Amino acid sequence: MSSSSLGAAWENPLRDARDRRLPRIAGPSGLVIFGVTGDLSRKKLMPAVYDLANRGLLPPGFSLVGFARRDWEDQDFAQVVHDAVREHSRTPFREEVWQQLAEGMRFVPGDFDDDTAFKQLRNAVEELDASRGTGGNFAFYLSVPPKFFPKVVEQLKKHGLAKGRQGSWRRAVIEKPFGHDLASAQDLNAVVHDVFEPDQVFRIDHYLGKETVQNILALRFANTMFEPIWNRSYVDHVQITMAEDIGIGGRAGYYDGIGAARDVIQNHLLQLMALTAMEEPASFDADALLTEKLKVLRAVKLPEELGKHTVRGQYASAWQGGEKVRGYLEEDGIDPASTTDTYAAVKLNVDNRRWAGVPFYLRTGKRLGRRVTEIAVVFQRAPHSPFDSTATEELGANAIVIRVQPDEGITVRFGSKVPGTSMEIRDVTMDFAYGESFTESSPEAYERLILDVLLGDANLFPRHQEVEESWKILDPIEEYWARHGKPAQYASGSWGPEEADEMLARDGRSWRRP
Amino acid sequence: MKIDLTDTTASKINKALVKGRRAIGTPAVGMVLTMVIVTDEENAYDAIKAAEEASHEHPSRTLVVIKRHARSPRDRTNARLDAEVRVGADAGTGETVILRTYGEVSDHADSVVLPLLLPDAPVVVWWPVDAPMNPAKDPLGALAQRRITDMYAVERPLTALEARVKSYAPGDTDLAWTRLTPWRSMLAAALDQAQVPIVSAAVESEADNPSAELLARWLEARLNVVVDRVVTAGPVVTAVRLGTANGEIVIDRPEGPLATLTLPGQPSRTLALKVRATSELIAEELRRLDADEMYAVALRGEGTKETPSHV
Repeated sequence: MSSSSLGAAWENPLRDARDRRLPRIAGPSGLVIFGVTGDLSRKKLMPAVYDLANRGLLPPGFSLVGFARRDWEDQDFAQVVHDAVREHSRTPFREEVWQQLAEGMRFVPGDFDDDTAFKQLRNAVEELDASRGTGGNFAFYLSVPPKFFPKVVEQLKKHGLAKGRQGSWRRAVIEKPFGHDLASAQDLNAVVHDVFEPDQVFRIDHYLGKETVQNILALRFANTMFEPIWNRSYVDHVQITMAEDIGIGGRAGYYDGIGAARDVIQNHLLQLMALTAMEEPASFDADALLTEKLKVLRAVKLPEELGKHTVRGQYASAWQGGEKVRGYLEEDGIDPASTTDTYAAVKLNVDNRRWAGVPFYLRTGKRLGRRVTEIAVVFQRAPHSPFDSTATEELGANAIVIRVQPDEGITVRFGSKVPGTSMEIRDVTMDFAYGESFTESSPEAYERLILDVLLGDANLFPRHQEVEESWKILDPIEEYWARHGKPAQYASGSWGPEEADEMLARDGRSWRRP
Repeated sequence: MKIDLTDTTASKINKALVKGRRAIGTPAVGMVLTMVIVTDEENAYDAIKAAEEASHEHPSRTLVVIKRHARSPRDRTNARLDAEVRVGADAGTGETVILRTYGEVSDHADSVVLPLLLPDAPVVVWWPVDAPMNPAKDPLGALAQRRITDMYAVERPLTALEARVKSYAPGDTDLAWTRLTPWRSMLAAALDQAQVPIVSAAVESEADNPSAELLARWLEARLNVVVDRVVTAGPVVTAVRLGTANGEIVIDRPEGPLATLTLPGQPSRTLALKVRATSELIAEELRRLDADEMYAVALRGEGTKETPSHV
């Protein structure tokens, strides 16, 4: 992909497919960050850019342009980036790398409706093309609330920044939320696609940049021992959990009215589910992956009785991990009558030959027992046991658990004989931990994603069709919740409301304690 | 923890490894390769340190073979194997066994190493010094998928280079080549940007530098031009110049980690090109364990058939 942006006729004689030491370095390019003073930008984006430079993956002359409403000069901006890098970067700080990077830093002060600021941005971009050889290739990272998206993309279009000259590229990077229902997502996509072509738009779902998530594909399709049992003949059900131990913190304004299902299930959990359930793609390019993920998302069927197979909750005041925490309704800035869900659990069926009859249980919540994200594929029990019931009393179902975070890795659970004279069988686990076999080498999700944007590699970015399909799954549930009842209360630090346990008990199953 | 064994055998060492693991409660999982370091007492410390640092990226069992030379004729007839087993915090993220061979055992070190290799995992042999003339034919080298030598650690690097050309077998690699990766990736990136045919080339370096020679041969093979070797005061490689119809592409690193990149018609800019520590070189080597065909191309200074021709 990187070479295609350089023109088809030119082939670099110093590159060769067999030369695998040479890293994938992004071509000449620059990154423009809107909302550069925000938390995400300081804690994730700037350190990721530095880490990429430190690993030698950015092109010589790579330039970083900040845009925000601050009265800063280029040096002030460089200082802010410097501090952010010193504090948050993954790799050690090296002066020479910093110097290389700092030379290409520019800052443009201004508002999003300020025409002079955008003129200045255009000048900065052109100046960088001349002085740093960025070749007209720029990615615009919109690290701003979605209500500003229309304004920013319109300004980019108006000032001729959205289209590069022949042979160069312009890309837009946007963060979630991608709307709050199907209609708003379509509106947003229309606004963005009015200015940028669909394949120029990169939607960041930072979960997809995580090594463990990419490893789902490796686990399933690079091995032969898992795929034969990855279907309804052997799998009993699948549980996908994303739990956080923190509350909403200072995000009341954003969170209230959105809730856990829209915030997490619509994007992260449905993406994880799609990767877990999809068929083998024809190749690992963006289009083939999109095709397979869309097939799965379109095959999703909601349960008939939503009241029985979905649960929402709100955390209540309780002791969590040794400290007393407030309930959701008591948080600052939250309406005491709010019906926003901080916990959501849904049961989904995938109606295709591979998965018919295998439920996928998705749950997410704030203020749960601990911070953990995992995918558990739980297998059916052995159809017949030659051991008598006392021998296997403690035996659970076999499971393959993909631990997305923390302690990234894979666990296989199976029964094993306990040493001793009698035949007694107990569950044991077999573990693969990333920290054990590949210590210290896992790059941050944002490093990978920013590099992919610069390379034009769209594999790890959900397309607008996926976003819209996901809303089609979630919208009926949200509508049902809006009309029926209110969120159940659960104690902070627990694993969610009792209703969620009942929901699985109804199917004769129970949640794993992750 | 450390277990010292005197006058021992491979099976006793294996028992000690199991005992050590039991004692600290971690099973032998997650180790991805066996690294065999063949060295002398003088260089052992630095080599072990580099390997342990590299093991943070590639957890491995490290077997260090140190051939001892007895000082008296009487001792020389006495064949003996001493071992020091380190597991847990004393051994990076893997296990380290230091094997000291005396007398005749030194000639049969492979018989000690073979039973200690991890099942199924790839084997890498690294000679920090005194690499054999033909690494692939060496008894220890024959056990390995990957054989790492270092032309910086020999008296006459360019003679060694010719020997490597003759004895090359798939799986051979040399740290003099590894050291070039940042240079090569920057040159490739510069050419991505310039997109012009190269008509001449020059590599500037200190005298008798094997990396510079490999770089020159690589450029000759890939660019089909004659590369001038220019001797400078160093350190190591100081500059590469690629001539084009519009002017020169230059990466210049007179000293320190900062280099300057100049492209025709564009202002020069700085580049970070640090001389890397041995542990980083080893970590890079261990990332890919299949044969490095490009190293073979660089050694010979000419392309192979699969390479498409460029003008």
